[in-house]
Amino acid sequence: MEQLNPHQELDRAAPAIEVRDLHKSFGDNEVLTGIDFHVNRGEVVCVIGPSGSGKSTLLRCVNRLEEPTSGKILVEGIDITDPDTELDAVRSRIGMVFQQFNLFPHMTALRNLTIAQQRAKKRGRAEAEKIARENLAKVGLADKEAAYPAHLSGGQQQRVAIARALSMNPDMMLFDEPTSALDPELVGDVLDVMRKLAHEGMTMMVVTHEMGFAREVGDKLVFMDGGVIVEEGDPTEVLTNPQHRRTQAFLSKVL
Amino acid sequence: MMTRSARTRAMTLSLYAVFLAIVIAFALVADWGAIKHNFFLTEGFTGNWRDMVFVGVKNTILYTIVAFVGGFVLAVILVLMKLAPIAPFRWLAIAYIELFRGLPALVVIIFMGLGVPIAFGWRPPGGTVGAGLIALMMVAGAYMAETLRAGIEAVPKGQNEAARSLGMNARWTMASIVMPQALRIVIPPLTNELVILLKDTSLLFVIGLAANEKELTTLARDFMSSGPSAGTATSLMFAALLYLAITLPLTRLVAWMESKQKRSR
Repeated sequence: MEQLNPHQELDRAAPAIEVRDLHKSFGDNEVLTGIDFHVNRGEVVCVIGPSGSGKSTLLRCVNRLEEPTSGKILVEGIDITDPDTELDAVRSRIGMVFQQFNLFPHMTALRNLTIAQQRAKKRGRAEAEKIARENLAKVGLADKEAAYPAHLSGGQQQRVAIARALSMNPDMMLFDEPTSALDPELVGDVLDVMRKLAHEGMTMMVVTHEMGFAREVGDKLVFMDGGVIVEEGDPTEVLTNPQHRRTQAFLSKVL
Repeated sequence: MMTRSARTRAMTLSLYAVFLAIVIAFALVADWGAIKHNFFLTEGFTGNWRDMVFVGVKNTILYTIVAFVGGFVLAVILVLMKLAPIAPFRWLAIAYIELFRGLPALVVIIFMGLGVPIAFGWRPPGGTVGAGLIALMMVAGAYMAETLRAGIEAVPKGQNEAARSLGMNARWTMASIVMPQALRIVIPPLTNELVILLKDTSLLFVIGLAANEKELTTLARDFMSSGPSAGTATSLMFAALLYLAITLPLTRLVAWMESKQKRSR
């Protein structure tokens, strides 16, 4: 019998993310119908599928922006569906990047990166700013620290959003269609940053429509449709030789 | 047959002609002497202006500011209650807001200024004026709470999600992410509330104010039966002009802020 102690310490041997029999309904609409899924440490897992397949909902359940209806979600061995879990502490170890960037429009790029460090991680201002500047440099925007989001392009905003998540020193990163709201010519810069992160060994779960990125960077590809995982495996294998009819139908439309 | 554009021109011209005829008719019929004597008696302005400005306008502005600040603090408390996870807090806030938005401000002022002291023998701080100001605060708080709530709901949900996903707790998220953006959104409607509140201070007239407590309307009413323009409505006209001197710039400011917000969006 496995012990599920909500107060347990980080289990370094456990998968980064482990999802067991996850169900999620919005009213009568069951969006996830029994998902079993895991992401190992250092792995890049890309999730693809048609809109309405539940892939974003799955991602949002992992840091409980959505409340699961039933099932278990373990993050580094800690059950985040347990009401006794310190959710804010777990969330600060999971970086999240949104389709719509969601930068704080009333703050400069630098302040966007320091506010949560100071409020949630209780870092001093000088330390927070040092870390923030390192991360802005990392995404190639060292010169934009004084800019407000409204004065940045979509691609720059998304890179600031990635730097904001990285400033919390997360153990893993969740990406929710990070390039879907971008003009085509701005997608490359964001993917470059994500590629760099993957090469540094960051654990990543990426909901995306970028098949090229999934093939090149992903360790595992998951295809979802109708609230279930239809097929998963090596990205090149799944993309070139899909086993399931629904996967074939989907890929024939997007490739 | 007239062309289409000629017909339009003829129509416009005739509308101007009608307007001009009405103005001329009014100017001929009006008794300018009586108007001047009853509404714009020079002595009423030259003789009363010190009291009107340094007592009336001063108190009107003072009362407006006190009621606005008090109402705003109350509104913040109400809106936080309304968004609280504990249901009874929400019910209390909703009941309060609905009650005081549903009552005429005048009823609340009379209730606080006359009803409560008679019933309980309790005098609020500041005496009768204090009671009236508390009533204005109570009413303004209910309206501003609704304005604030609309502002908070206008902040995109993604802002809250981004803050929470970074590990910020609900309180910090509200204080440093949602509230600052909501306040920016509600500055124009709150300025409108300020204008309404400024006009509503005239309702304090009904509870009876001591000489040095009189606001603009009470004072103007007094000067209709005393002082250099007694027996005329000059002081009322004077008060009206003073009200407009304050409210018109404020409403223009609101219009300007709204157009600026629309452009920046």
